[in-house]
Amino acid sequence: MKRTHIIILIGIAVMIICLLVYSADFSTYDTVSSAQKKPGQFVHLIAKLDKNQPIAYDPINNPNYLSFYVIDSLGGKTKVVYHNSKPGDLEKSERIVLKGRMFKDYFDCKDILLKCPSKYKDDKKVLENSMKEQASSN
Amino acid sequence: MIKFEGEHLLPGQIGHLFVIIALVASLISLISFFYASRSVDLTEKTKWINLGRASFIIHTLSVFVIFSVIFFLCFNHYYEYMYAYKHASKELEYKYLLACIWEGQEGSFLLWAIWHSVLGLFIIFNKNQETKTTWRAPVMTIVSMAQFFLMLMILGVYFFGVRIGNSPFTLTRNEIPAPIFSQPNYLTFIKDGMGLNVLLRNYWMVIHPPILFLGFASTIIPFAFAYAGLQTKKYTEWIKPVLPWALLSACVLGVGIMMGGKWAYESLSFGGYWAWDPVENASLVPWLILIAGIHTMMIFNATGYSLRASYLFVILTFVFVLYSTFLTRTGILGDTSVHAFTEAGKAINVMIGLFVLSFAIPVLSMFFIHFKKIPTIHKEEETRSREFVMFIGSFILFLSALFIIIVTSIPVYSKTPFLKDLIIYIHKGPLAMPEDAEFLYNKIMIMVAVFIGFLTAVAQYLKYKTTPKGYLIKKIKYPLIVSVILCTLIFIFYPFDYKKQGVGFLVAIYIAFFYALYAAIANAMYISLVLKNKFKNAGGSIAHIGFSLMIAGMLISGSNKKVISDSKVNGINVPMGKDPMSKKTEDPTENLTLIRQLPTRMGDYDVTYSKDSSGHEKGRKFYQLNFSKKDKATNKITEQFMLMPDVYMMKDNNMSSNPDTKSYLTKDIFTYISFAINSANNTDTAKFKEYEIGEGEKGYYRNGYFILNKVVKNPKNERYHYTDNDVALMADITFVSKDSMHYNAMPLIQADSMGIQHIDDTVYAQNLYVKFAGVSDGHKIKLGIKESDSLIDFVTVKSYVFPYINLVWLGLIIMAFGILMSMIKRSNLSPLLSSVILTLAAIGLTYMFLFANA
Repeated sequence: MKRTHIIILIGIAVMIICLLVYSADFSTYDTVSSAQKKPGQFVHLIAKLDKNQPIAYDPINNPNYLSFYVIDSLGGKTKVVYHNSKPGDLEKSERIVLKGRMFKDYFDCKDILLKCPSKYKDDKKVLENSMKEQASSN
Repeated sequence: MIKFEGEHLLPGQIGHLFVIIALVASLISLISFFYASRSVDLTEKTKWINLGRASFIIHTLSVFVIFSVIFFLCFNHYYEYMYAYKHASKELEYKYLLACIWEGQEGSFLLWAIWHSVLGLFIIFNKNQETKTTWRAPVMTIVSMAQFFLMLMILGVYFFGVRIGNSPFTLTRNEIPAPIFSQPNYLTFIKDGMGLNVLLRNYWMVIHPPILFLGFASTIIPFAFAYAGLQTKKYTEWIKPVLPWALLSACVLGVGIMMGGKWAYESLSFGGYWAWDPVENASLVPWLILIAGIHTMMIFNATGYSLRASYLFVILTFVFVLYSTFLTRTGILGDTSVHAFTEAGKAINVMIGLFVLSFAIPVLSMFFIHFKKIPTIHKEEETRSREFVMFIGSFILFLSALFIIIVTSIPVYSKTPFLKDLIIYIHKGPLAMPEDAEFLYNKIMIMVAVFIGFLTAVAQYLKYKTTPKGYLIKKIKYPLIVSVILCTLIFIFYPFDYKKQGVGFLVAIYIAFFYALYAAIANAMYISLVLKNKFKNAGGSIAHIGFSLMIAGMLISGSNKKVISDSKVNGINVPMGKDPMSKKTEDPTENLTLIRQLPTRMGDYDVTYSKDSSGHEKGRKFYQLNFSKKDKATNKITEQFMLMPDVYMMKDNNMSSNPDTKSYLTKDIFTYISFAINSANNTDTAKFKEYEIGEGEKGYYRNGYFILNKVVKNPKNERYHYTDNDVALMADITFVSKDSMHYNAMPLIQADSMGIQHIDDTVYAQNLYVKFAGVSDGHKIKLGIKESDSLIDFVTVKSYVFPYINLVWLGLIIMAFGILMSMIKRSNLSPLLSSVILTLAAIGLTYMFLFANA
């Protein structure tokens, strides 16, 4: 086998990989309004918890149903339904990346990634708050 | 100026002084070794070497002093220091004192620097004549340069208003703007530090970072030797002395990565040991390239081929270690990774970028400039030669590493100017990972596994240069026969059950598994067939056996992993939880709620949440879950065990869940709490009250009345799915509370081969348990109703069965052992030292991976 043959073979392998990767159907980052323009398509929605709206989770009746509302940086709001248990730090999250599909009146969420300030001590605000707590605990 | 009270400023000043000493010393060392490597005059060279050596020793001592001072600050809870305030706390157990140091960016940079300096000392004091005269100076140039950059990261000095690096010795009052710092006695207000993140309070946090960082740090040695080869123009001689180093690095880095996996498996609620998370990928990529590099170096040693590839792979290994630092520490992975660091400021990000480029650009350019001068054999390899097969294997490993890093770097593209806009133009939006990101990796890597498995099986049976016709077939037919028989048996008696991704992928799993097994058997038989049981030379074969077993274990445990808390598995016991919005039920519903004292079916087990207890750490709560399995025919308990998963409730109500696992030799039952109510006292003392009631009759409870609407035989509804052959009765009851709210309850009684079973219902809003207790005379039934004062005590769990996961860990141990054997064979260690190293490694790894948490 000649070196050129190998190169051709590897070229074919790389092409197959490219095809497979391409077929993976990469998703996009979206806002509520841009996600609403492509209903049923898998998107990444970046938003934060709308604290004025209720979080519904009743694990005794159904541990696999959570619903809440989010609001994005442009003010777009939507209801979110997540078929899983409630992440413990949902209320504390500052930013949520929701992976799923937008439907007519709600966002069907497959996966949630929470950004919680408490996980990140380097955050300036967290440090300031922690210091306020120290002072007020006296 | 306020005179602050109670501060201990001296240790910080000492620490800061030593940071500066360490920085200057590394710079002097860098310059000295650089000149030493370039001077031809022997006396001048010796002078430079002596200066470089002295300053590197001073540097090393300073690094240790810095580390000790940080330890001292954290140990004594000197919260006037930012680092101690941020990472230490009084309630922290002593075993986590070191862990809290490497929790932060600065501490982990320091850990890295410590390993570099220790490795540097080994190079400086190496007695080998060739290392002394040729390699020491250029290799130490690279090591000193890395140290210089690492010290810059923790310098914390302002240049023209820009802070270079973050010092671990800054004062809290200078870092946080808060009113209390206007008071001289502010320290009396600071009661405790923030402590180690509870998510990280695990013994793996003590052991995993040092090992992983030793793995990262050790990749600099092969890189430095490659540079030395180019710099001294001794293009070929560096391979021999560097091979043991590269093997050590591969062993430590491989173990370090899998320790991370074991940690994730044991204590994080990812539900597995590998999630293709960008942080995991970033450390896997250098390892894959290093393994490719080791193989090409072996090819070169035996035949003279593949020298250029060796250069490239060894250089890229370290470049990708630096790149992984860039990915994980600059916050660029922000929206894609669960456990990346956040960014520590723009200046640091720029410095990390410079750190990467300062090594990558000069050495890669040197490689390309000298490319033509690097000796190569122009005659092509024979197809039937070991070097050819090994090279193809290395190249596939390299390509797979490239694939992983290209996909992992997606967040980087979205932050690159022009490229970002191009992507948005083509893709119509910022690029994000596809819905099933894991499958994207898995479908490529399974093909890699197939090829690597095949090549690993065959390569050893080929001879270098060329293999006589018939030799390969003659030798390889035995392992082939054995593996075909074994595989057929496994596939018949223990078929894979992974239908999620379709038949094609399932077939790929079967093929990959066959080749993994074939590779393991072929290498094992190679030791007896060809090496005639000379174990001294069997390091490579043993490493291959381990690697193949690890892959086989991953394939089995990954494809036959079962969710037993799945409501579909549990059938009737759980409300199917139809989505009120979409009315769909095919969603993954992997959580199961266990009400205290109420046995609930989960897979083959009856699980009862019996009690909770608090741990010795504040806010930690253990939940006792009793698992029991009954034999269907005899109704006797055949298996019984207890799991104690726990939940950490933090000050700010954040929850962290740690799983508990029952480990058998062949399977693990892995369970964690996915939801728990955060209430301290939740004891339920109420008792069932019994009612006898007929259809259409009324009864009263404390908060209202209830009506038995009807009794249904073998109900078929959204909750129960009985057929006419079953014996089951369901009571349909409506509760009407004083505020005239209506609630429905459907308790059930069932008779089967297991005896009588009650499926109780709850009216959570009214704190009611409802039990169908039995049937009485005259068309009446017995209902048990319990009214709790408190909330109903329950936990929601997720539970998996991982079969044969121990194969993964066993494979890793064998692989690490084999690589170490291979390293020892190539280094001139004394037999005593060699056996000590091997024994310690074997015992340590076996204990850590198989016994520590079993």
